Amino acid sequence: MINRPLFIIQRLSALVMVPLVFGHLALMIYAVQGGLSVDEILGRTQGSWFWFCYYGVFVLAASVHGAIGLRTICGEWLGLRRGLDMLTWLVAASLTCLGLWAVVAVT
Amino acid sequence: MSEAAQELTVSVWRGDARAGAFQGFRVPRFDSQTVLDVVSWIQQNADPTLTYRFACRVGMCGSCAMMVNGVPRWTCRTHVSKVVEAGALTVAPLRNLPVIKDLAADMDPFFEKWAGSVHEPSASRDDEIAEIRPDDPKRAAASSAIECINCAVCHAACDTVAGNPDYLGPAALTRAWTLFNDTRHGGDVLEVVSGAGGCHNCHSMASCTANCPNELDPMSAIAGLKRATVRRVFRRD
Ligand code: SF4
Ligand code: SF4
Ligand code: FES
Repeated sequence: MINRPLFIIQRLSALVMVPLVFGHLALMIYAVQGGLSVDEILGRTQGSWFWFCYYGVFVLAASVHGAIGLRTICGEWLGLRRGLDMLTWLVAASLTCLGLWAVVAVT
Repeated sequence: MSEAAQELTVSVWRGDARAGAFQGFRVPRFDSQTVLDVVSWIQQNADPTLTYRFACRVGMCGSCAMMVNGVPRWTCRTHVSKVVEAGALTVAPLRNLPVIKDLAADMDPFFEKWAGSVHEPSASRDDEIAEIRPDDPKRAAASSAIECINCAVCHAACDTVAGNPDYLGPAALTRAWTLFNDTRHGGDVLEVVSGAGGCHNCHSMASCTANCPNELDPMSAIAGLKRATVRRVFRRD
């Protein structure tokens, strides 16, 4: 179900996400102080390469991490065997598309 | 002792691979009685057709493991007083293995998983004997599986084996860890444990370590394998 490459990719994506998650949380707390408006947020994120890369990398890491995690859950809890590879790719691709769509929309 | 305490209510699983059910027995209570004593008493005094497996009776051979009140245990070394719940015992065949009959589980799938972890000599009898210092760290790590009696208690305790029958399981992987640390082993054990059913499937929840009757620590051995297999990819050693 999980071989060495999948194991390594999942650990590495987790490693990438740890600082990004904390950065994201800190940013949320900072940004909502004194109220929050769409214009304020978009004013800071639009046209910014930094935020595009920050959340772009975040989306990619979360997509592969989530896809491999779901692969294990579907294998162990639902007894899925054939189709596991396809499911992994499908989940990774959908999460990436949805995530990048959002990233493109705000930057 | 009161009248009630002098008798045990025992539910024993009867059946084969196709179907089965629990059957109740009343068994007299003795001092220092083990769960294996209880099962043997039933076979000798109540129902001679009861099938179960044991050999050494002293915790050496690893053939007597069963589920006792839902927990995998070596029955010859498990005292009734330690596990009895309100005067009752439930005895069933080992989890995560097919049943042959009654309390005898089919050990073939368990031992088939050891196939990749067989010693391959790195030298012949004409070569010099490799010198291994007793205090060598690798020698110390290799001890992890030397005391293993192949009882499959850890295998029965592992939820990952339950959810993924291809997973090699704690016993075979602990054996692999010992071979990895054995300088005299010529085979490449790291590749054997890196496949789809290999060590990377372990969730490190330690049911194996908590239940091993010999107090071995398969979880840490598997963690060692994970580190070694990943290190090989990045260091190419
Ligand atoms: S630590 Fe690993 S091998 Fe041990 S019971 Fe948990 S999943 Fe199974
Ligand atoms: S590691 Fe422990 S529980 Fe597992 S087979 Fe060996 S002795 Fe039994
Ligand atoms: S009978 Fe040999 S270990 Fe229990």
